[in-house]
Amino acid sequence: MFVLVEMTDTVRIPPWQFERKLNESIAEELNKKLANKVVYNVGLCICLYDITKLEDSYIFPGDGASHTKVHFRYVVFHPFLDEILIGQIKSCSQDGVHVSLGFFDDIVIPPESLQQPAKFDEAEQVWVWEYETEEGAHDLYMDTGEEIRFRVVDETFVDTSPTGPSSAEASTSNATEEVQKKEAPYTLVGSISEPGLGLLSWWTNS
Amino acid sequence: MKTNACVSSLAEVSLESAKWKLKFISAYFRRKDANAALLSNFEVFQLLTDLKQQRKESGKNKQSSGQQNLNTIMYETLKYISKTPCRYQSPETVKDFLVAMKGHKLTKAEKLQLLNHRPVTAVEIQLMVEESEERLTEEQIESLLQTVTSILPGDPEEQRRDSEMATEDKGDQV
Repeated sequence: MFVLVEMTDTVRIPPWQFERKLNESIAEELNKKLANKVVYNVGLCICLYDITKLEDSYIFPGDGASHTKVHFRYVVFHPFLDEILIGQIKSCSQDGVHVSLGFFDDIVIPPESLQQPAKFDEAEQVWVWEYETEEGAHDLYMDTGEEIRFRVVDETFVDTSPTGPSSAEASTSNATEEVQKKEAPYTLVGSISEPGLGLLSWWTNS
Repeated sequence: MKTNACVSSLAEVSLESAKWKLKFISAYFRRKDANAALLSNFEVFQLLTDLKQQRKESGKNKQSSGQQNLNTIMYETLKYISKTPCRYQSPETVKDFLVAMKGHKLTKAEKLQLLNHRPVTAVEIQLMVEESEERLTEEQIESLLQTVTSILPGDPEEQRRDSEMATEDKGDQV
């Protein structure tokens, strides 16, 4: 689920923090910059693991702060393909079941990857697995808050860094009509179409 | 003209710091084997609890304005990991587990999943081990389950209940 990523960056320490130990200031700056943020094509950064190398610090003309190039390792959430994860159902919609891990919310299980046959109950807004046995069909509801075991089948990274000012006509039409749709920078697509996957309560033998 | 030169070099510096080079320690996403940089949930759990302890000890005199993101992610991740079996693990159990797994010929990613999830049924093993029908016989799956449940500690309450039931059965037999 978590990986260690080696990164390099230049950290700026303002003069009023010079009395603190350099390592501490740098660790704090790095965490301030990266914790709980998604780095494009890398994953969701959790916290600093360690600093592997500190190069010399420089002070540049016009700025009293010191700039230090740091090589460090960061703990990043980045599940590998086909990994099994356990999360909680956040909500259900026509697009599928939305699962959350607490610290990461953008996981969706599309309708075709649910245990088949499945139908969407409009009244209660939940997906239902119509499980067939010899006795008849059982309706197994996928309620909010239930723990669910799923397999990661795909991931998408979207570059959400700000683009330049859009062209004149686009801005005048967009400004009043639609709000720019906020895309999650990192989304996972899951699947529960195998035996053993789905709500934990479906597979426990008590 | 001298001031212009200073300003432009400053701009270069800020541009330089704005992009940082990323280097994966090993293979990229699609290869789930031989990824030396994988961390088990237990290691992340230890790291975060130590970090939390450190921050508590150093007191609240630090400005918390920039630290909010770190606090949030630490809290949420700890909350998530605390619900997984790794909260009962220790470095020794992880080491014993890896030693015991040597004989079973599993990939790094599969061993990691077994360590993180502590499966108790054959169905779970089949999910985590790729092509388990071809690679493992039924006895091998059973022995794998035995190894996992015996070495990795589970919920102590559940284990107590299981052992109570076992002694009850023994009593009935006698």
